[in-house]
Amino acid sequence: MLKQIKLTVNGQEHSLEVEPRLLLVHLIRENLTLTGTHIGCDTSSCGACTILMDGKSVKSCTILAVQANGKSIQTIEGLAPEGGPLHPLQDGFKENHGLQCGFCTPGMIMRSVELLENNKNPTEDDIRWGISGNLCRCTGYNNIVKSIEWAAAKMRGEETPSTEPQFV
Amino acid sequence: MIAQQFDYESPGTLAEAISLLQKYGDDAKILSGGHSLIPMMKLRFASPEVLIDINGIPGLSHIAEEAGTVKIGALTREVEIEHSDLLKKYFPIFADVTKQIADPQVRNRGTIGGNLAHGDAANDHPAVMLALNATVIATGFNGVRSIPIDEFFFGFYQTALQHGDILTEIQIPIPPEGTGSAYHKLERKVGDYATAGCAVQLTVDGNGICTAAGIGLTNVNATPLRAARSEQALIGKPITAETIAEAAKFASEDCNPSSDLRGSDEYKRHCVGVLIKRMVLLAQERIK
Repeated sequence: MLKQIKLTVNGQEHSLEVEPRLLLVHLIRENLTLTGTHIGCDTSSCGACTILMDGKSVKSCTILAVQANGKSIQTIEGLAPEGGPLHPLQDGFKENHGLQCGFCTPGMIMRSVELLENNKNPTEDDIRWGISGNLCRCTGYNNIVKSIEWAAAKMRGEETPSTEPQFV
Repeated sequence: MIAQQFDYESPGTLAEAISLLQKYGDDAKILSGGHSLIPMMKLRFASPEVLIDINGIPGLSHIAEEAGTVKIGALTREVEIEHSDLLKKYFPIFADVTKQIADPQVRNRGTIGGNLAHGDAANDHPAVMLALNATVIATGFNGVRSIPIDEFFFGFYQTALQHGDILTEIQIPIPPEGTGSAYHKLERKVGDYATAGCAVQLTVDGNGICTAAGIGLTNVNATPLRAARSEQALIGKPITAETIAEAAKFASEDCNPSSDLRGSDEYKRHCVGVLIKRMVLLAQERIK
């Protein structure tokens, strides 16, 4: 039995007919071809599929597309205008080597958007707890934490910390 | 992974949801936060024919104080419980437990009602509810029922909820002055189920005598377990190294953990003893 749903994705309204068992992440990637949102573990462990639904970071592999009816979704593609300046978090990850293979990055960034929304000046501990639902198998997390600290400073309008590598 | 086909209903009122549950009977499952049910459906451990999504029903999401109790609506998200000032005021245990439930994204969706209704001894709220002597409110075709927490958990994934029932609220008595609470679970990594977990609430009078104790254990029994002998070991006595040691010993004897990848039966019993000691001390320290 198909269900009619309406949702807003990155500011654009969509009306679709979907099977109730269609996952939100599949709707985003396959129906809307927004492939910036990744599927990692498909078991709500890794966080690669993290998006914002009505401003809250959620794992789109564990939400049905029909549950997003009437909701506003933001994906990594909606974070910065096409060709425009990057979002401070995107800049932060770029400047601080916050990624290596990049697979976890969209999820890390979308989670961090909500983290910085709720806490403008997070401690390292706040950041590490804040991204505890996102796994990265490359970086060892240190540069991800640095990237988020850098973005937080930039969003507060402060001078951004040095991007020189730190050896720990 | 894709779940088996099912139909989806999203009622706008409680009455509508209950009549849908009546109509579909055993074939229907209630969808709340979905972070236990949807993974089970994707793995095809569960294949309900109909999902009844209660997320659109108003009046099920609240944290409020009323006549000596705190009432928590079943649809209240873990993240709301984590940051509630009212809960922080009376029950510091909620900040402990929510921080250890899965991860921030999951806590944005997961609900307290779902956590209890799932009936999983590995979930964290059941032990907390045992320690706090909560009452579960279920609304069904025949009206509203109050179920004391000690009569709620029956067996593996089984609760006192009957078909047609919706868990709508949790009511927790506000403890008297001189009460403290704490929860901790031993977990291998963030988001894991507990190797063992322990919830404690203690009330101590002006003479240092423990007048009430609630102790619940996570994932060391087929159902969430009240450590009744440990509670009795504390009540009526001062909290000393000796009484705590006795409470710890009773809990590790009375639990029934199974050996698995998280550890052997013996190891888990040992952990239960250690957790009891630490949580009793932490709960005591939090008494103002």
